[in-house]
Amino acid sequence: MQFVEAFRDPALAKQLIAEIHALVGDRALAFMEFCGGHTHAIMQFGIRQLMPPHLRLLSGPGCPVCVTSQRDIDQAIALSQVPDVVLATFGDMVRVPGTSFTLQEAAAEGADVRIVYSPLDAVEYAREHPEKQVVFLGVGFETTAPGVAASILTAHAQGVQNYTVFSMHKYTPPGMRAILDAGEVRLDGVLGPGHVSAIIGLNGWRFLPEEYGMPVVVAGFEPVDILLAIRDLARLAVQGQARAENAYNRSVVPEGNPAALRIMQQVFEEADADWRGFGVIPRSGMAIRPAYRAYDAQARFALPEVPSREPPGCRCGDVLRGVIEPPECPLFGKACTPDRPKGPCMVSDEGACSAFYLYQTPIA
Amino acid sequence: MTTQRVTLAHGSGGRMTQQLIQQVFGARFANPILDRMNDAALLSSVEGGRLAFSIDGHVVSPLFFPGGSIGDIAVYGTVNDLAMMGARPLWLAASFIIEEGLPLKDLRRIAEDMAQAAARAGVLLVAGDTKVVERGKGDGVYVSVAGVGVVPEGVHIDAAHARPGDAVLINAPIAAHGMTIMTLREGLNFDADLQSDAAPLNGIVADLLAAAPHVHAMRDATRGGLATALNELAQASQVGILIREEAIPVHEAARSVCALLGLDPLYVANEGVFVAVVPPEEAERALTALRAHPLGRSARLIGHVTDAHVGKVVLETALGAKRIVPMLSGNLLPRIC
Repeated sequence: MQFVEAFRDPALAKQLIAEIHALVGDRALAFMEFCGGHTHAIMQFGIRQLMPPHLRLLSGPGCPVCVTSQRDIDQAIALSQVPDVVLATFGDMVRVPGTSFTLQEAAAEGADVRIVYSPLDAVEYAREHPEKQVVFLGVGFETTAPGVAASILTAHAQGVQNYTVFSMHKYTPPGMRAILDAGEVRLDGVLGPGHVSAIIGLNGWRFLPEEYGMPVVVAGFEPVDILLAIRDLARLAVQGQARAENAYNRSVVPEGNPAALRIMQQVFEEADADWRGFGVIPRSGMAIRPAYRAYDAQARFALPEVPSREPPGCRCGDVLRGVIEPPECPLFGKACTPDRPKGPCMVSDEGACSAFYLYQTPIA
Repeated sequence: MTTQRVTLAHGSGGRMTQQLIQQVFGARFANPILDRMNDAALLSSVEGGRLAFSIDGHVVSPLFFPGGSIGDIAVYGTVNDLAMMGARPLWLAASFIIEEGLPLKDLRRIAEDMAQAAARAGVLLVAGDTKVVERGKGDGVYVSVAGVGVVPEGVHIDAAHARPGDAVLINAPIAAHGMTIMTLREGLNFDADLQSDAAPLNGIVADLLAAAPHVHAMRDATRGGLATALNELAQASQVGILIREEAIPVHEAARSVCALLGLDPLYVANEGVFVAVVPPEEAERALTALRAHPLGRSARLIGHVTDAHVGKVVLETALGAKRIVPMLSGNLLPRIC
């Protein structure tokens, strides 16, 4: 697979690292990688260790499972326990601790929870089992939402009446704005999420230079992709240039993916949403439009008001806002590990805590 | 037999059970020990060596996949466990828990695969048992295989024998088996050249030991992948293991599927891959011996044992950074985003 090889080329990577050092020197700079996938890749390839001494890479809130509120998780778990409900979900969600237990534990107690790779699999299951109520847990940003929207349109076209989506989808720009508006972290640049940008385009990030004077470079996920973007971001930051640039042009174009955006906008509309760590961010969530109410799990099911409580001591929220790094959470590596997680940041493959835990730097 | 599927009657212990055993298994595994059809197999005394004994259960789904079947891996799994101790595998016993309704032709095919696998590995199936459970209480068939082998005098291979300075060798590329199963099971239709690497390792291990008699430890990289096998060695021996990402051979098509699904090849199961920890003075001979064998053409030196980061495995990434490779936690689940 040529792209994977080329973008993992160690010689090219080392050259880029040298250029970053030459550009940055001793300066104190802080870049935030919005996307949890970037945090994982950065940790997996050991990129932090190779950066100039005062260049900090901060992990942002780009982990859809992590920013799902405790209440939403509890309601998803409660949904799984409704008779005849088959809960279909992406894999990450099953191990997230709700206030009382996880989806996986609910499944062990008899709830019908199925992991799917695509929401269309859930629609097919619904079609084949008309006696069941299939509920798909819609978690994800603009990368995932168009696919889920397409599943609703497919259900509609096929006359499937027992398929609904519990939408916890969120838009990414409001999350980024919330971090900058809060002013808790000083940033010199943003590493833009590659897959989200494949949908919303480079144009989706122009608000950063235009409204916040913040440079942003959209990056891919291989080592050379990330180093290239950091180099470009370093150049912009050092030269004081607030621009939006695309370093992932094999997947991202300025206008994004118009077909995906159209489908997303056809099915979803903006609504206020509760983000773990942020509280309610106005117009940041994707609610299913009234025209597709028949596919909205929140309309079909009277979701019980579950008393929700975040795990005591868990600082996922602070990690998501870039205020602390995972090892600064008192539970990290002690009460909270991937085997016995307290919060979603340690469960999810996009979570900063699991990235820090899994890819630790050896001491010796 | 007139029925085309396994029925509960086949599990009754009566005439139909006898017929099933004779016609499906007896015909394919004929040997002087099994043919006596006693309650237990009588084995000859074993001269000049210690016995090695192992058991593996196989519950793979689907039963048949590119590169093999549950029959193949049932035989190879146990043969390979014995080989990892430096044992010459001799005798196998197999238990079949069959789900009512399994097509007889599938059972025959599995038996045929096992017979051929046993022949390839040079082992005899000398005892067996079949049971039938109600439809819905099994998954086609579960096969458990126990095996006995003999470890020659002078061979002292143990997971706890790795020492700082030892070379860590691998015989073949990783990730093919697990990704073959995963793409099949999840109905993912990738246009990939993927098949299981299931193979008997006792032959290549015998060649290795002939060239490098002082191999310290070996482990096959089955469930949990290469990362788990190395972590187990590091912990058992209370040493550190340092491996280089660039040196680890990864099956090309499997790597692509892993990249697509967000999985790490280091944790993907294999059925024909093992690591050998050998003293540094025997490393070159060991590598030559591995590469001379069909199952070791892509053998590589992937790292060394150290006295640093005791009990942990550290990966030097392609970029030159170092990070710890932990044990697999939970299941391999793909990403959302």
